[in-house]
Amino acid sequence: MPKVTIDGREIEVPAGITVLQACEMAGAEIPRFCYHERLSIAGNCRMCLVEMERAPKPIASCAMPVGDGMVIRTDTPTVEKARNGVMEFLLINHPLDCPICDQGGECDLQDQAMAYGYDRSRYEENKRAVSEKYMGPLIKTIMTRCIQCTRCVRFATEIAGVEDIGMVNRGEDAEITTLERAIDSELSGNLVDICPVGALTSAPYAFTARPWELRKTLSVDVMDAVGSNIRVDSRGREVMRVLPRIHEDVNEEWISDKTRHARDGLSRQRLDRPYLRIDGKLRPVSWEEALTAVAERLRGLSGERMAAIAGDLCDAESMLALKDFMTGLGSENLECRQDGSKVGSDSRARSGYLFNTTIAGIEQADAVLLIGTNPRWEAALVNARIRKRFLQNGLPVGVIGPQVDLTYETVSLGDGLDALQALGRGEGDFAEVLRKAERPMLILGSGAVARPDGAAILSLAREVAESFGMAGPQAPEEWNGFNVLSRAASRVGGLDLGFLPGPEGRDLEGILSGAEQGEIDLVWLLGADEIDMSRLGRAFVVYQGHHGDAGAHRADVILPGAAYTEKNGTYVNLEGRVQLGRLATFPPGEAREDWTILRALSEVVGQPLPYDNLGELRQKLIEANPLFGRLDEVQPAAWEAFGAKGEVSGAPFALPIDNFYMTDPISRASPTMAKCTEIFVLPKRAATGTEG
Amino acid sequence: MAFVDRTVRSLFLTELLSGMWLTLRYFFRPKVTLNYPHEKGALSPRFRGEHVLRRYPSGEERCIACKLCEAICPAQAITIEAEPRADGSRRTTRYDIDMTKCIYCGYCQESCPVDAIVQGPNFEFAAETRAELFYNKEKLLDNGDRWEYEIALNIAKDAPYR
Repeated sequence: MPKVTIDGREIEVPAGITVLQACEMAGAEIPRFCYHERLSIAGNCRMCLVEMERAPKPIASCAMPVGDGMVIRTDTPTVEKARNGVMEFLLINHPLDCPICDQGGECDLQDQAMAYGYDRSRYEENKRAVSEKYMGPLIKTIMTRCIQCTRCVRFATEIAGVEDIGMVNRGEDAEITTLERAIDSELSGNLVDICPVGALTSAPYAFTARPWELRKTLSVDVMDAVGSNIRVDSRGREVMRVLPRIHEDVNEEWISDKTRHARDGLSRQRLDRPYLRIDGKLRPVSWEEALTAVAERLRGLSGERMAAIAGDLCDAESMLALKDFMTGLGSENLECRQDGSKVGSDSRARSGYLFNTTIAGIEQADAVLLIGTNPRWEAALVNARIRKRFLQNGLPVGVIGPQVDLTYETVSLGDGLDALQALGRGEGDFAEVLRKAERPMLILGSGAVARPDGAAILSLAREVAESFGMAGPQAPEEWNGFNVLSRAASRVGGLDLGFLPGPEGRDLEGILSGAEQGEIDLVWLLGADEIDMSRLGRAFVVYQGHHGDAGAHRADVILPGAAYTEKNGTYVNLEGRVQLGRLATFPPGEAREDWTILRALSEVVGQPLPYDNLGELRQKLIEANPLFGRLDEVQPAAWEAFGAKGEVSGAPFALPIDNFYMTDPISRASPTMAKCTEIFVLPKRAATGTEG
Repeated sequence: MAFVDRTVRSLFLTELLSGMWLTLRYFFRPKVTLNYPHEKGALSPRFRGEHVLRRYPSGEERCIACKLCEAICPAQAITIEAEPRADGSRRTTRYDIDMTKCIYCGYCQESCPVDAIVQGPNFEFAAETRAELFYNKEKLLDNGDRWEYEIALNIAKDAPYR
């Protein structure tokens, strides 16, 4: 480990890091614009100049690797003068439009100009102007503000994998340019975050708020199962924007566009008061009337004639409350897999529904097999990790199922189960790749296990995993390469809680066919909108949720609940990581946090649930499954048998998501997501003829 | 002696006469009182009276919704909401000042980068109800149109000292 002296302090730093990183470790802050921890090094802003002994000029610390015995000074007059000079040059062509710039108040250039800039300009010539570029509906460009740091170029080519942005010309004429088409990446929103100035700003957020007037709440995302760490910025009762928070093991510092921009769906199509269907029409009623109506329906109804289905965005607390409520009424018909998935059904082996490798673990894999999944749309940040690994070591990726552009090279192995069976028999070139790999992994899509033969596919995938040493006895120590890619934020939480049919209970198909045939009289939908509502027959439907979507249209009683930004809830991500979402704004109107609704109803029914506050409920949650007590940890799941051998159909795998931008009630209510659908999804559908 | 002195003064009413003499002298001096509201005193160009929102000579409103006045306001009397206007420019959709909260410190005027919010020379805006003192954007722009001549003059007069 090289020893370097920084500002007179000698420290030992890991080999291979840059002088800038060494200075950070020594506690000396270095101003920078172009340098970013997760991007390649460009060294073109020159802001990070420091003095090095025996160097004739100040050096760019971001581009200089540390060497043993280096003596660095960051606080000399030379350094100060060099930085002042660089800052003056950067400001030559930067417009003085901070008051109308959305970056104002959180701008790196603004902050560093306070520290290193002069208070007036010596430049008397005309400033240059650059024409705006088109980057799609999510990114607004004001290219005159650009300081040519090329972070956006590097992000687009390296992380997002879309080579749509570049820099043309030199010197004064240098400018960032695009292909004049929308940046077709589900991570494009991050361009706004990495831009150190206001050249790229968020278009839907344009001019609406200033950073200093927003209340920041640290929370987690529920738009997919990754559980990205987010910061919810709200003003008054409205969520103004969603930003990523750094979590190295989950989302690094990126979030998908749906996570970021679906927030305007939170203020539209909301259920803000209880409704009751009277004479075929939903009419607004008071809480008391709504709860009494439900209680009356429940009276005298036996447990097997009622059922509950939990949706994709539910927190663990509300699912536990509903489970306790239904169990109290003697019902075993519980289902948290509204897509009909077969994971976790026959045996409760946790490794059978988790992303066992963990997201960070992808960076150790040396071969990946994707089965019936499009990770780019089902879990954009998992895809970003695979791409990261692909760039590190040229990760071979085999795909069974429909071919989609995943931003890295893939090998198509077929589109149906026969390809998986052939692989299981060890046939084909990719079998050889997997056999040679030390840490191979497979990712089983949620669409593949949601088919009627899902259990058999699960079992087949397990056999493949075992035969190639991905998991089980032949796998390397502490390596589990078997992964199920959930796409619902509530899924792993629901399975961990056991929100599943009991021994005599009905699963999703059972509930729906039961309702169709009149064997089920009451169906409780806890935010479940993705099921086929026409199959609910004549059942009395209670919809508890936050958006007026499919479920609310079919409902007989609507109990308005809270969206994920409006409640304190526990979510378990696809790896099995327990994280807390926090209340940023209060639910609108008369809507309430979901567990309190169930608690109130249980009182009316006469079987009060045994918790009066969130603390007691969380205690019960931990009693139900101790895993909920271990926040932000991934507990490795033991390798057990799961899945069931059985007949498989020859049908090719189909992808579960046909539109990344609209997958849940919130994003379906979002105008921004509608715009994205129009620009990114519909033209492709028209081109491929898959419409209709 | 003191007794004689005091007796003579009170007999000849000298104190009364000196007081009346003073009154008589002021009788012929110019008046210091003003016949308000028909007459008004002079105001400094820096006088901080009722707020206005100004326009450019083209008629375009100056305010660009930077929200600095809202941020600086120590009484939190200003509320601004903004969104892109149809032509893409940054404008307020709402600009409210609660004049009952305002402490007339003048920070809003100091912070404004485009001289849009200005405290004009008008101090006669008493109202009969509280509601009339909740100014909205329309009222403030209307004030601006009414007082533009005086305000422009004041800003010009004060400019050499800034």
